[in-house]
Amino acid sequence: MKRVVAGVLSAAILAFGTQTMAAEDKALPDFKWSFDGIFGQFDRPALQRGFQVYREVCSACHSLRLIAFRDLADLGYDVEQIKAFAAEATVVDGPDDEGEMFEREGRPSDRIPSPFPNAKAAAAANGGSTPPDLSLMAKARPHGPSYIRALLSDGYEDAPAGFEILEGQSYNAYFPGNRIAMAPPLGDDAVEYQDGTEASVDRMAADVAHFLMWTAEPKLEQRKQTGIKVVLFLLVLTGILYAIKRKVWADLH
Amino acid sequence: MSDFQTTNPVIKWIEYRLPVFSFLDHAVGTKYPTAKNLSYWWNFGSLAGLALVIMIVTGIFLAMQYTAHVDYAFDSVERIMRDVNYGWMLRYIHMNGGSFFFIVVYIHIFRGLYYGSYKAPRELLWMIGVVILLVMMATAFMGYVLPWGQMSFWGAKVITNLFSAIPLIGEDIVIWLWGGFSVDNPTLNRFFSLHYLLPFVLVGMVVIHIWALHQFGSNNPLGIETKGPQDSIPFHPYYTVKDLFGMGVFMIAFTAVVFFMPNAMGEAINYQEADPLVTPAHIVPEWYFLPYYAILRSVTFDIWFLSAKLIGVILMFASILILLVLPWLDRSPVRSSKFRPVHKQLFWIFVADCILLGWVGANPAEPPYLYIGQAGTAYYFAHFLIILPLLSVLERPRPLPNSISEPVLKGGGTAMGATAKPMEKA
Repeated sequence: MKRVVAGVLSAAILAFGTQTMAAEDKALPDFKWSFDGIFGQFDRPALQRGFQVYREVCSACHSLRLIAFRDLADLGYDVEQIKAFAAEATVVDGPDDEGEMFEREGRPSDRIPSPFPNAKAAAAANGGSTPPDLSLMAKARPHGPSYIRALLSDGYEDAPAGFEILEGQSYNAYFPGNRIAMAPPLGDDAVEYQDGTEASVDRMAADVAHFLMWTAEPKLEQRKQTGIKVVLFLLVLTGILYAIKRKVWADLH
Repeated sequence: MSDFQTTNPVIKWIEYRLPVFSFLDHAVGTKYPTAKNLSYWWNFGSLAGLALVIMIVTGIFLAMQYTAHVDYAFDSVERIMRDVNYGWMLRYIHMNGGSFFFIVVYIHIFRGLYYGSYKAPRELLWMIGVVILLVMMATAFMGYVLPWGQMSFWGAKVITNLFSAIPLIGEDIVIWLWGGFSVDNPTLNRFFSLHYLLPFVLVGMVVIHIWALHQFGSNNPLGIETKGPQDSIPFHPYYTVKDLFGMGVFMIAFTAVVFFMPNAMGEAINYQEADPLVTPAHIVPEWYFLPYYAILRSVTFDIWFLSAKLIGVILMFASILILLVLPWLDRSPVRSSKFRPVHKQLFWIFVADCILLGWVGANPAEPPYLYIGQAGTAYYFAHFLIILPLLSVLERPRPLPNSISEPVLKGGGTAMGATAKPMEKA
């Protein structure tokens, strides 16, 4: 097998080994989501709860660099609430007229600041592993939202006998290779939901996965609503074209 | 071209100075008689044309917002998805348009294989089509690199690395292709440049393809030439309206995917920005390249001074290039598989073999997939190099009908009449 193709290809094939191993992992549960299907929509309360989980838990290590505060209007927040979220952040701006960089309060037009200045700093603070940016995570993994929810809720288990786990690693049944550098991030009541929902681990995992689907695909609702109109229009148009075709061809028979 | 008749003074005035109306009449009108029995399988040529136009139009608008630089490419695509008005729609149309372009072109090609459209006098028409396929594949490959995701980068790396298999100068060629010592910014820039250029080369070749088509007109399901006016109908309005209806059906399927499942045909990992230091667990090309990828990886043994890798690369390119000589491999005088009982079955086995190779290409290059891939590859080439030449001699074709308009002939004529009728009616 070594001779299949040199260099990169053999690296890819080596990696296929891990892929096969991952196939023995627990099967991903088939969670239902409100944004499934052609009429699917986001659930606004779930998005807001998920954002709260991100803010109070995930954001300590994970960036969300593609999202600006102004985007949060999609979640149902009004301008004042968004300004308040932004104001909690400190943003480096500049240079000013003296050529100096300065810090200021965040504005709605700012992107959500990352917890670390760069990937190296993030790795150094996290035992050598860089916590990945979460903006697109729900699309960057197969069955992303279900994967995120499963990984966070019931993925953490005791490693099977003989499975070696290094210092600073945890065993996760859904993570490819099963060795994850992130310690279980959620415990019951890790956040106190503003809408009074009980903050069980599974609820928080589901909410943050829902929220991350929105960060990955913020135009999902617009896309599906447009799609229904487009397909309906095309069905009518195609029906008319078929009728015309029949009429034009009628004299041949 | 002075035979164009009209009473409209404006059209007369223009026609006298620029004979565009008689040109159209010759191209798609009464002066372009077309066999009256074309089935819906003949819609896929115009659908491929539609797909090309869709790709060029969306591509031009995407290029206005895209930044071809390794530091900005990924983010500029995400900006299109989030902040550009209807950018998500343009991008998803372009992204899935590639897949649909390949779907219709593959059906178009298999239709040609089944009905013997490559046979005399349409060999050049067929060969130009094969070159179009090759340019299309190059365009698609380079386009996939532009979003600069993980699979963009690693796919580019794997495929460009194939050229290193060329003896003596291979390594230098790869460095020349990359414009450096790895897939990097110069590679991305030239891929963007070529990805913008090649579609217009495609347009030119499509014009030549249609030019060659008009010399003898379309082949048809019976595979016999039109023998007079009773066998043919003007292209317009009959086939223009039939093509328009086909385009409607195509657009329904296409938009359903674009709006409801735009990421179904893509690799999730390409939503992660390219990282030259992290190899993805599973490097696979887009689905339309999977059969060739299986052929490439099926060779695991050196032959004399040829490395396994080099043979794999040669076979991969040969799997397309062999189509260029197909008109001389299949010497049977009968075009349509309707009248070739053995070829008809072997055609479907060949289709199954291509699908099997695609499935193998999506799986790891290890047993049992490796052996299945090797058998599939051997059969692929055997089909062209052994089966078709032998079949030309050994097969006894069924008798051909006298003409398209009177296809009823003793010996199987009834069955054929039954299938020909709904085609005209549908």
